[in-house]
Amino acid sequence: MTIEITHHLTDALLMAYSAGSLPEAFSLTVATHISMCDECRARLGAFDALGGALLEKDEAAMADDSLAVTMARIRAGGVTARDRPAPPVRGVFPAPLRDYVGGDLGAVRWRPIGMGVKQAILPTAKEATARLLYIPAGAAVPDHGHRGTELTLVLQGAFLDAAARFGPGDIEVAGEDVEHMPVADIGADCICLAATDAPLRFRALMPRLAQPFLRI
Amino acid sequence: MRVKGRWTKRRVMDTTVASTGAKTENEDWVACMALVRDAGDEVAFARLFGHFAPRVKAFLMRSGADAALAEEVAQDVMATLWRKSHLFDPTRASVATWIFTIARNRRIDALRRAKRPEPEDLPWGPEPEPDQTEALMMQQESEKLGLALATLPEKQRVLIEKAYFGDLSHSEIAEETGLPLGTIKSRIRLALDRLRHAMK
Repeated sequence: MTIEITHHLTDALLMAYSAGSLPEAFSLTVATHISMCDECRARLGAFDALGGALLEKDEAAMADDSLAVTMARIRAGGVTARDRPAPPVRGVFPAPLRDYVGGDLGAVRWRPIGMGVKQAILPTAKEATARLLYIPAGAAVPDHGHRGTELTLVLQGAFLDAAARFGPGDIEVAGEDVEHMPVADIGADCICLAATDAPLRFRALMPRLAQPFLRI
Repeated sequence: MRVKGRWTKRRVMDTTVASTGAKTENEDWVACMALVRDAGDEVAFARLFGHFAPRVKAFLMRSGADAALAEEVAQDVMATLWRKSHLFDPTRASVATWIFTIARNRRIDALRRAKRPEPEDLPWGPEPEPDQTEALMMQQESEKLGLALATLPEKQRVLIEKAYFGDLSHSEIAEETGLPLGTIKSRIRLALDRLRHAMK
């Protein structure tokens, strides 16, 4: 893709994704950003290379018949078709996200959460939550802080948060110290993929009471 | 670290491409992969197996698999290498790196029973023959990274290993080692800085 991306993944997130230790909801968000961002794809390549270099360091003896058993497994598998991955389908959502939604933007089952904002929780393991957010142009997601980490990836439109503007492909990595209130850019409705590893803490009373039901 | 793939223009002038006639170990493994892919060459496969299967097994055992499971998964990883040999691209990774990614994914399936969504594939053409110079540079850079890793101070290297092999988050490493989270983060940052510097 040829979009201009200015907010990227951190080293810590890329390394954890490469090592395979991120919760599923975070992996989904990282994979979706990398699908849109050649720079982070190249950086991930470097972290994978680090994994490869580490792999060279240590060995454990294989069983005596190991090679023969493996060759037998390969032969039992027969001649496999040398398929290559299907070329990507163009849409608003990159492939990893489409897999979780079951289609592109049109397939999302939105639920209103107030003030025109809509969300759709995606099916991931429970240790962290991934959801799509739909914020109408100019509207705000209620002011909230975090107990854990929140990743917010813009898929369409843009949002403004504190000092920065986040456009398509940009990812905001917010830690516990961040109190923020993302506001959709006035120009267009904003669609984001957000992942959290702890429930958000809303400042206003009503959203906090509603939190367990909304799961945000 | 400047290990990049074919999607970015690479620097051509600043490494020692083709300065010697001797093949490095990495290039040797790439040649074995080509034999497996093109001719189903069992001798080449046996060489790859002899070198990498014990390393994959050690990786899995350090990640918490017992010897029997690690043996089973290592065989599976090597069988995957045979079956997917046509997908290996020497301009994008060393053989060790490619095997690491297969082993990591198998570990997530087998040990964590979790999912790790993959990024969308890059657009691809009709099986282009990989560019020899690019492949050579990628293999040499990978070798350089291995050497740089070996020169890291012990305290930093151990934490990087734990992050990759132990399948641990930074806070889990903090719990295991008793080190403050801030110390772990700064040591890992220092290690990455040193590696980047060495790869310049």
